[in-house]
Amino acid sequence: MLAAIVFYVFSAILVASAAMVIVARNPVHSVLFLILCFFNAAGLFVLMGAEFLAMILVVVYVGAVAVLFLFVVMMLDVDFVKLREGFARYLPVGAAVGLVLAAELVFVLAPWAFSASVPEAISMPIPDPGEIHNTKALGLVLYTDYAYLFQAAGLVLLVAMVGAIVLTLRDREGVKRQSIARQVARTRGEGVETVSVKSREGVDV
Amino acid sequence: MTDLYFSAALPELLLAFSGLALLMLGVFMGPSSTRLVSWLAVAVLLAASVLALTPEASRTTAFSGLFVADPFASFAKVLAFLATAATILMGLEFNRREGFDRFEYPVLMIFAALGMSMMVSANDLMSLYMGLELQSLSLYVLAAFRRDSVKATEAGLKYFVLGALSSGLYLYGASLIYGFSGTTNFETLAASMIDQAGAVPLGAMFGIVFVSAALAFKISAAPFHMWTPDVYEGAPTPVTAFFAAAPKVAAIALFARVLVEPFGPLAKDWQQIIVFIAIASMLIGAFAAIAQTNIKRLMAYSSIGHIGYALVGLSAGDETGVRGVLVYMAIYLAMNLTAFAAILCMKREGKMVETISDLAGLARTQPLVAAALAIAMFSMAGIPPLAGFFGKLYVFLAAVSAGLYPLAVIGVLASVVSAYYYLRIVKIMYFDAPVGAGFDRGLDAGPAAVLGVGAAFTLLFFAWPAPLVGAASVAAAALFGG
Repeated sequence: MLAAIVFYVFSAILVASAAMVIVARNPVHSVLFLILCFFNAAGLFVLMGAEFLAMILVVVYVGAVAVLFLFVVMMLDVDFVKLREGFARYLPVGAAVGLVLAAELVFVLAPWAFSASVPEAISMPIPDPGEIHNTKALGLVLYTDYAYLFQAAGLVLLVAMVGAIVLTLRDREGVKRQSIARQVARTRGEGVETVSVKSREGVDV
Repeated sequence: MTDLYFSAALPELLLAFSGLALLMLGVFMGPSSTRLVSWLAVAVLLAASVLALTPEASRTTAFSGLFVADPFASFAKVLAFLATAATILMGLEFNRREGFDRFEYPVLMIFAALGMSMMVSANDLMSLYMGLELQSLSLYVLAAFRRDSVKATEAGLKYFVLGALSSGLYLYGASLIYGFSGTTNFETLAASMIDQAGAVPLGAMFGIVFVSAALAFKISAAPFHMWTPDVYEGAPTPVTAFFAAAPKVAAIALFARVLVEPFGPLAKDWQQIIVFIAIASMLIGAFAAIAQTNIKRLMAYSSIGHIGYALVGLSAGDETGVRGVLVYMAIYLAMNLTAFAAILCMKREGKMVETISDLAGLARTQPLVAAALAIAMFSMAGIPPLAGFFGKLYVFLAAVSAGLYPLAVIGVLASVVSAYYYLRIVKIMYFDAPVGAGFDRGLDAGPAAVLGVGAAFTLLFFAWPAPLVGAASVAAAALFGG
């Protein structure tokens, strides 16, 4: 009973804030609603007993992705009113496409059948939560059975990083950079000049 | 946990480690290291193809069944590595002249080649996706590599957005298949599909359709080809040559593996999809190319058409068909690299030109380049005794022996139409008056070498086809025997 109430509260807020993400006028509000959305989805995961996914959702999506969005929205001078132009005009077409897709989904999922061989074929059966908590269960296979995928994901991220640097890093002229070697090699003679000042004349700096 | 069998993945390990090492080398040596890194990258790719050539005698799975090494994968890997090495060579001078010779270029090429090799060796829907993403991500960056050019940036962005969409389609399809069968492993999937032969549940079928659509996007088959002309035109020419060569071979080999291994029992169901895609690609490639004035756009449509012909072999769905696909792709590589090497020679007063009319009178100003390009064009049009004719012969034979007569007839008709624009290029080179003094003299070494080797292969393939066809037969047999 209590679980049902919590479920409906989380889902209702989730759906409502998801809608607000796309209709809010102010992009900063959109991102804040997105964060609310992630928190409620994390709550739903906890209800299903997937606490690891819930924490990952909060750490990765709220902590990194949403904050990055917020930075982009606030730092870049994007004219969101202009981007939204024609929103009302394209709405009917977009809504129609969405409806067709939703209908097709129902059409596929309603008569859903599992293959007869699922019990033998299933690659990683979900372990009994009473025996092993799911963070540990994931850890047991992630670095052993799926080490290949783990390493491949690392390479994909490396390529993404190389790509971002290649496409954006520029050597600019006239940028002051710190050179520790030069700082350390500095002598007193370079930095200090002794001037004897005559009374009432001052110095030219 | 089962044995990892690192030895099955030697080419991949070599590529991954040398990619990292070359990246470090480039970072520490600074911008002057581009030449060195490029040559080392070529050496690494050649070494990797030698490693791929000596696979385990039979099919070996590694990394808990995520990875498979077999003669089929080796064949595709050797082709992809050689094509990557050739395109690095072709780009050396071009990139320097155009001012974007950065050491990341060969490094990204190596990672793209690694992605391709992981794709063709995938034995699981997940490892397939990781390979696909590694390759695609490198390609997106390469497309936008000339970052000061608006066209290149647009090409990179367009490719990225549409590529991300197709990855989404793939993941959706893969999750439907997983939801149906409870596994992502190709062997177990095939077993669970056999149980269903006869009445395929809607969910699994939708999954296959989504996966096929995503892979069709990656090989730029119609009707998922819209990005190809823009990306090919916008990207720097050596990158375009790369796009049209190595990733195509890897993606089509992957497509063949996915259709034959896990979904083999459903051949009757996917065959109609492939037949449709093949016909659409051949027709689009034949008709849309006629009106092009830019040679890179023309090559884009031509590559769409060639993918259509290769898919004719795949739609036969048997061993002869897959052998035809492999032979076709090997020959396609040679013709295509030759054509792009010739395009890289299209330089007038230090500036690259790209329109077809610029080729006018090439036969008088640079007879050797004209001859090589003419060989590539005749071969692409499928005129005997050049290699392209045999490529088409093998796929059409497979289609006919599988009883797909209408498909073969449409294919032959489409290749007649496409002969028009291939021959038009030959006509412009040999019979039109040259504009001005023609192209600059002095070919760069890279394109010249590729031009010579490619043209010689295309011209002389008929004399000694046995090694290539034999290797393709072994590879195709491995796919069906496993």
